[in-house]
Amino acid sequence: MKSRGLGAVAAAAALALTLAACGSSSSGDSAGSGGGTKLKIGIKFDQPGMGLKKGSEYTGMDVDVAKYIAKQLGASEGDITWVQAPSAQRETLIQTGQVDMVVATYSITDARKEKVSFAGPYFVAGQDLLIRADDTSITGPDSLDGKKLCSVKGSTSAQKVKDKYPGVQLQEFGTYSECLPALATGGVDALTTDDTILAGYAAQPEFKGKFKVVGQPFSQENYGVGIKKGDTAQCTKITDAIKKMISDGSWQKAIDNNLGPAGYKPGQGNPPTPAACS
Amino acid sequence: MLDILDKYDVLGAFWMTIKLTVFSAIGALVIGTILAVMRVAPVAILRRLGAFYVNTVRNTPLTLILVFCSLGLLYILQINLTDPNSSTSIVDNNIRWAIVGLAAYHAAFVCEALRSGVNTVPLGQAEAARSIGLTFSQSLREVILPQAFRGSIAPLGSVLIALTKNTTVASIIGVAEASGLMKEIIENETASFGVFFIFALGFVILTLPVGILFTSLSRRLAVKR
Amino acid sequence: MSAQNVLFDAPGPKARRRHAVFTVIGFALAAVTLGLVVWKLQAQGQLDPSMWTVLFTADVWTQYLIPGLINTIKAAALSIVFALAFGLLFGMGRLSHNGPIRWVSGIVVEFFRSVPVLLMMYFFFQVFAFNNYFGADYNSLAAVVLALTLYNGSVIAELVRSGVHGLPSGQSEAGLSIGLTPGQTLRSIQLPQALTAMLPALVGQLVVILKDSALGTAITYPELLQAAKDVGTAYGNVIPAYVLAALIFILINYGLTNVAGRVERRLSRRGRGPRKGAAAAVVGTTVDGSLGGPLEDAAVGEAPGPPR
Repeated sequence: MKSRGLGAVAAAAALALTLAACGSSSSGDSAGSGGGTKLKIGIKFDQPGMGLKKGSEYTGMDVDVAKYIAKQLGASEGDITWVQAPSAQRETLIQTGQVDMVVATYSITDARKEKVSFAGPYFVAGQDLLIRADDTSITGPDSLDGKKLCSVKGSTSAQKVKDKYPGVQLQEFGTYSECLPALATGGVDALTTDDTILAGYAAQPEFKGKFKVVGQPFSQENYGVGIKKGDTAQCTKITDAIKKMISDGSWQKAIDNNLGPAGYKPGQGNPPTPAACS
Repeated sequence: MLDILDKYDVLGAFWMTIKLTVFSAIGALVIGTILAVMRVAPVAILRRLGAFYVNTVRNTPLTLILVFCSLGLLYILQINLTDPNSSTSIVDNNIRWAIVGLAAYHAAFVCEALRSGVNTVPLGQAEAARSIGLTFSQSLREVILPQAFRGSIAPLGSVLIALTKNTTVASIIGVAEASGLMKEIIENETASFGVFFIFALGFVILTLPVGILFTSLSRRLAVKR
Repeated sequence: MSAQNVLFDAPGPKARRRHAVFTVIGFALAAVTLGLVVWKLQAQGQLDPSMWTVLFTADVWTQYLIPGLINTIKAAALSIVFALAFGLLFGMGRLSHNGPIRWVSGIVVEFFRSVPVLLMMYFFFQVFAFNNYFGADYNSLAAVVLALTLYNGSVIAELVRSGVHGLPSGQSEAGLSIGLTPGQTLRSIQLPQALTAMLPALVGQLVVILKDSALGTAITYPELLQAAKDVGTAYGNVIPAYVLAALIFILINYGLTNVAGRVERRLSRRGRGPRKGAAAAVVGTTVDGSLGGPLEDAAVGEAPGPPR
């Protein structure tokens, strides 16, 4: 009785564990051959126009910048392993060495500089608004009074607007892509975050012509490449790569390719001059 | 730690949890009773509809149901449960849709709890009701349901406890209840065990008396046979 | 009272006509509602065929849905195994003859049964991610599994306890009378019988775990719902992607519920299933802790309902 009853449970447990183990293999190290240096680069997987995994392809401005830098560092595209770097985990990924660099709409801030080092900026973005293409009532943050704003839970950009303009109502969802249908139907009037991300959504073929970026940025976000704290040698190499990318026209091309379809023009301060590494 | 909690409206968040619980519980009881009646009704299509509802809703994650309520019904189908032009329409709409979603989800479980209660009513009761000439709705109203409710107090209590805990999922569509506030606190301040323990304790305080009450009720109200 | 047709007489010609009218009205109402919804969705452009057909391309499945489904199953499988271990441990603790052990087990079980799973997930994830205990890839999985284990383990502990209590007292008396210690009696006589009787409820608990694993999306665990969200972002079709995810969840859980019912019927045919008393206890408590397990048709049909 004992062996039979408990044995069956043990067998079921073992089976379940085997099932679980099946799923965990073969993830991550699918980097191609190529003789150069292997690079693990953290990007966003869910930001159209900046860093997006669509099928098995990676596209976006951040991806193009990362590829260019990798080339300058002597790594071919096949040597790059793309790692998903959600906002909350970017510092951790760098500190623990799970990625060599992070190129993921990563604003350079003093708080972050205490944990990681930055090369760049390679782009200057600003918080802006995305509205319906036929909406003329919103021309900037000052015209938001009484309007409905959509944003992602826990995002700082929405909270900033709400604190400054108390007449604004805020709908919070889990992702910006949930905001888009609500914006399309008029349930909400605007979506706010960095203009690059907004342009990326507006440039998606599925939403072509439906939305527009207001174009009145009301903050300044300097996107940098995050690397391990104090790695000055690497920082210098990346800074040189960014400078070269801007001067040889690849930088402009990357913007045109990824954000151009939304009619997006880079705001003031672009192209930026990367800061010296310290 | 107390100074941290002082900055946040912890009691207000739990008050929202209680409001969500009470209103959705009433809704779930009403819808669940209708479903239970449908599932034993003489009209075949009603029985099938009831079973379809229960099987679909019960097997869908609550997260998805609430997202469908907020994104699908409120924003895509534009069914407003409050004046869309009011200055708090987003907050009010989300709370009301969360209540509708929670009620719709738990109604499936209320229905099953009631059916298990119907199963405690002896066959003879239904036969007696029919033999004195009561119609379906009469025998249901006068004989079966009163006994079924008394027989399903214990599982109904469990549904209520589960409902109390499931109100936390409303945080996913942006309703400011207890778990959402805890998330905010541990993200902004510190992930201390103390903060978690206080919120956990809040839920223990909310659910434990319900459990004790329903257990004693089920003993007291059970039909002696 | 399991045969429901005792509630009403076999319908005569008049009643049949009335029922037919009801059926038509019911169909009409349903059709009108459905029509309104479809019309509105169409007006909002949500029925654009390209939004839906893209869901049936290979990339959507190989890159998003199947990996997501594997992650859902991974989290569920790990959770049910750990929950079973946790439940056995604390269930036996609650049956212990040692007072302090019984008390501590009781407090642990009651505590984790009262705390919402999502609350635990938020907290564990914050702690794991902040200290990076498991590496960036596994922090969210660990938080999901730990939260699901603690809650479902407590439910299983209650199942174990009530299952053993539901056994006829002759079983333990027989064990004691042949000279086994109380612990031996529990392990070799009572537990195996209680576990067999619990099997359908355990499968039901798996449905609860599968559904609750979708809460992992709130802490960025890449399970099925999160995968659907990513599809929605990449292809600009969140609503269709969510509908598909819901269908997958319903199919899997409906299948599992049916398995639970079949296991139960098979057990009762073999005469090892829940006896009247035991079934009552088991049904009563599973309902208590979880939603979904024991209430499938078979269980409700055969068990006499909650204990009184």
